[in-house]
Amino acid sequence: MSFRFRLWVFLVGAAGFAVLFAVACFGLPAFGSGHHPYGVRAVRASLNHHTANVIASVNFDLRAFDTLGEETILFAAVLGAVVLLRQTQDERRKTPEPAVVHPRVRRFALLTLPLALLVGLYVIAHGQISPGGGFQGGVVTATALHLLYVASDYRALERVRPLTVYEIGEAAGEAAYVVTGFAAVLAGSAFLANVLPFGTLATLSSGGTVPLLNAAIGLEVASGVVVLLARFLDQAVEIEEPGEDEESGDPREIEKPRESQGPGKPRESEEPRGCGRPKESEGPEASGASRDDDNRDDKRE
Amino acid sequence: MTVLPYLVAGWIFLIGVYGLVTSRNLIHAVGCLAVTQSSTYVLLLAVGYRNGGTAPVFSDAPTDSRVVDPVVQALALTDIVVGATVTALLLALVLQLRKRHGTVDPDALSELKG
Amino acid sequence: MTDVLIVVALLLVAGAATAAVLNRDPVRQALVLSFLGLALALLFTFLQAPDVALSQLAVGSAVTPLMILLTVRKVRRRSGNDHGADEPAGRER
Repeated sequence: MSFRFRLWVFLVGAAGFAVLFAVACFGLPAFGSGHHPYGVRAVRASLNHHTANVIASVNFDLRAFDTLGEETILFAAVLGAVVLLRQTQDERRKTPEPAVVHPRVRRFALLTLPLALLVGLYVIAHGQISPGGGFQGGVVTATALHLLYVASDYRALERVRPLTVYEIGEAAGEAAYVVTGFAAVLAGSAFLANVLPFGTLATLSSGGTVPLLNAAIGLEVASGVVVLLARFLDQAVEIEEPGEDEESGDPREIEKPRESQGPGKPRESEEPRGCGRPKESEGPEASGASRDDDNRDDKRE
Repeated sequence: MTVLPYLVAGWIFLIGVYGLVTSRNLIHAVGCLAVTQSSTYVLLLAVGYRNGGTAPVFSDAPTDSRVVDPVVQALALTDIVVGATVTALLLALVLQLRKRHGTVDPDALSELKG
Repeated sequence: MTDVLIVVALLLVAGAATAAVLNRDPVRQALVLSFLGLALALLFTFLQAPDVALSQLAVGSAVTPLMILLTVRKVRRRSGNDHGADEPAGRER
């Protein structure tokens, strides 16, 4: 299909959509009008279960099964991305060189890192009584961790982020959700029914199973986003394809991706130690860190 | 004002699809898909809005106060996070395509496959 | 007053969405998408949906643009050594 033809198909379709959608808009109840039968019932159901945040109640109580489906999509999407972005045989890993960060950026990032982490965990824990919950808090927690990448460099992030733990965490979050559902069945009710005592409205322990499911989702989302970003960062920073480097024809580099590649590039093997901060030069990877040409290309772009 | 939010949602959808159709770069296309997706959030929340309503959170509001529709908000909320991971999956696919076929231009790709 | 805020936020969102689509360079698009996420979060706050706004703020203005930028970096890194075999795809638009 040629570009022009495709554009014409789009224009015809878009014109049809625009007309029908505009007609439909004028048939909808006016913006801000008062009739919301489902909303009213959801509010009532939520207050019956002593959950102050009605949205959390809708997600984790009324529509808990639906959220299990959403969670599974998330799980599958992360799994798919991990499989697609894995390191293949002909690719090799190179150790990224230590980055030089402006002290002010560094101080700011290190200052906001614990704050952002705390906010993320707070948002997860208070999902049943204030705006927030597992989905939002999970993302905040996961991105907060990456402030360390801003503050220092990729290797510092890798050191505090054992990826296996987060991969397990993601599966554990999904499992915890299902287990909570089956616990309700064992208690003699329906799958994912809210069987725990509801507590007092607007306290941390209110809402029955809502805080538990929130925590499960929070664990899964936080781990999932960390794993995803880690895979993308790996691809962007560490993993190299044969075509990316002129000297990658050397078979040793493919077989032993983590080891010293000094002999191939004697002129550059000294550099990382020279410009790195003291703590960067410790550890087994640092001694073999070789500087690559395309990395310099990146800086220019 | 009575229909403006709906029309804006429709506009975002159309412009997003336009970007998808005319895109010559798959990364750009994924970004356009994210734009298209955001039109659904605008539409959902516009449908659920109520004049003079507050957020459906009763931790410090009386339980009989007038609130906006929580159901559509719950729908939009989960969709945003799940949508982000799906975007990630698509980007991973783009990277894989780049490795296999050496291009991110959808038109070059169809020429390749005949 | 609320109505005015909502209208302003709506127009901001519509403008940001249009700009995000018309910016053909993915790097610029990522930045505009980040702004679009911010504008959407603002709109959702005015629409009394703090939950959704929080979600959009975390995802739309941070995670999605970051992933796009990382993908661009990976794709271009290879283009740099490919002697311009497929330059038009990544660099010019």
